[in-house]
Amino acid sequence: MLRLCLLLLWLALPATAENVVLGLSQDRVAITTSFDGSEILIFGAVKREVPIPDTSQLEVIVTVAGPSQAVLVRRKAKRYGIWVNTDAVEVDAAPAFYAVATSGPLREVLSDVEDLRHRISIPRAIRSVGAPQNILDSRNFTRALIRIREDSGQYQLLENKVAVDEQTLFRTRIQLPAALVEGEYATRIFLAREGQIVSDFETTITVDKVGLERWLFDMSRQQPLLYGIMSLAIAIAAGWTASAAFSLLRN
Amino acid sequence: MQIYLPIAEVSVNAFLLLGLGGLVGVLSGMFGVGGGFLMTPLLFFIGIPPAVAVATEANQIVASSFSGVLAHLRRKTVDLKMGTVLLIGGLVGAALGVVLFNYLKSLGQVDLLVRLCYVVFLGIIGGLMFIESLNAIRKTRKGATAPTKRKHGLVHKLPFKMRFRVSGLYISVIPPLLVGLLVGILSAIMGVGGGFIMVPAMIYLLGMPTKVVVGTSLFQIIFVTGFTTLLHATTNYTVDIVLAVLLLVGGVIGAQIGTRIGVHLKAEQLRILLALMVLVVCGKLALDLLLQPSELYTLGASGGH
Repeated sequence: MLRLCLLLLWLALPATAENVVLGLSQDRVAITTSFDGSEILIFGAVKREVPIPDTSQLEVIVTVAGPSQAVLVRRKAKRYGIWVNTDAVEVDAAPAFYAVATSGPLREVLSDVEDLRHRISIPRAIRSVGAPQNILDSRNFTRALIRIREDSGQYQLLENKVAVDEQTLFRTRIQLPAALVEGEYATRIFLAREGQIVSDFETTITVDKVGLERWLFDMSRQQPLLYGIMSLAIAIAAGWTASAAFSLLRN
Repeated sequence: MQIYLPIAEVSVNAFLLLGLGGLVGVLSGMFGVGGGFLMTPLLFFIGIPPAVAVATEANQIVASSFSGVLAHLRRKTVDLKMGTVLLIGGLVGAALGVVLFNYLKSLGQVDLLVRLCYVVFLGIIGGLMFIESLNAIRKTRKGATAPTKRKHGLVHKLPFKMRFRVSGLYISVIPPLLVGLLVGILSAIMGVGGGFIMVPAMIYLLGMPTKVVVGTSLFQIIFVTGFTTLLHATTNYTVDIVLAVLLLVGGVIGAQIGTRIGVHLKAEQLRILLALMVLVVCGKLALDLLLQPSELYTLGASGGH
């Protein structure tokens, strides 16, 4: 009975016609002391049980999303002659990093309904429930958040950056900035035809600190007092060494 | 050479940090200021998160001040007795300052308050020092060797008198305690060592000789900033040791060079240079408040209303 149910479910799913087989150049990004950004290559193929439909073009969308955090967006206004933070809107969840790569212009590749359902475009990837009553233009705050993060390379819209060969093979490169936050980076691949998502696939890329970075970070959180004393000891030792070295030099 | 900072979570150029540390170190050695009021805004500018910049800067000041104070000790220009009295006031003040800071934080607008504090204090101190040292230079140019008047003001009338041999003073301990307390409060609010307030206060309020002022100020700063570093490390986890090491390697070397330069300059010249520097920083901060910023919006971690 269970098997029958599963079979029915299997048949009922429209996404079974075309599936993603994914490869990643790396599924783990290690932040070392000399870390200066990283590039990941995301590639794969479309597996089919049926011949390639020749009625429409296959489009591929790749998204990479870093861990989400709440962000407080503040706006300055002129009060009594000086610029002061006046209004603030809290954006409930905004990914620390977000990249969307597509095989064509996003608006053509993806319908608005599907975008809303899967939260693919940058504005949709941000969740903002509501603003305080006195702020009427809360959209400006979300726009500012996107603008600031786009300028720093944390948010990227990469249209036409996914190469698709023979409607089967696809690949793209995503540049991770140097100022990267630790965490699980959700990587999603969508196959779309005529604006509709026909199949999707999800995996994660782990970004974490290793070696000295890991050790120092853990110590600062788990033994803060010891860490603080160590910082002071290093500071004093360095000060003393420099002083001693200079007086040696003079004599 | 790019280097990734484990606590700040950003990647920056190591040589840039060494250079900044060195530059601020020279000034620190010359004037006896920790350099925090210069370094902290510079760190914001290169993209270090403000909380990390303030906490790490405290740690770096410990190193450059320690290096500087050793050089001064060797030349016997540190009034340890006066330093200790100032320090007692300073530690109490720092603790009070942290309480005051958290109270203001709960009211909101703490950013603005910090900036206004900078503009007002830097403006007043820089202006006063500039005028005073300009007058002093003019007097010496005229050749009139003005005999240094021994003012018998309030500092001499109050009780609990103590002899400060190195400074050549016999005054009440109450004014230095109050100066330490005030500077402690301000340094906790403004996130700096407080040397740029301490130095003029020692010269003009307590009447200490300039040569002794620098070493004594550095001596007191070490302990106040050390205390601040521990507070930040244990409560906010914002001390970045990698950043601190890079800044202090540049800083300690700079401080040694600065101390040597300071010896060759006259007291008035030293003061006028410090006054100019303070005024430049003040002007820059005032402009930031007055001119329309290119980006009206800023992002902050949530919860820090």
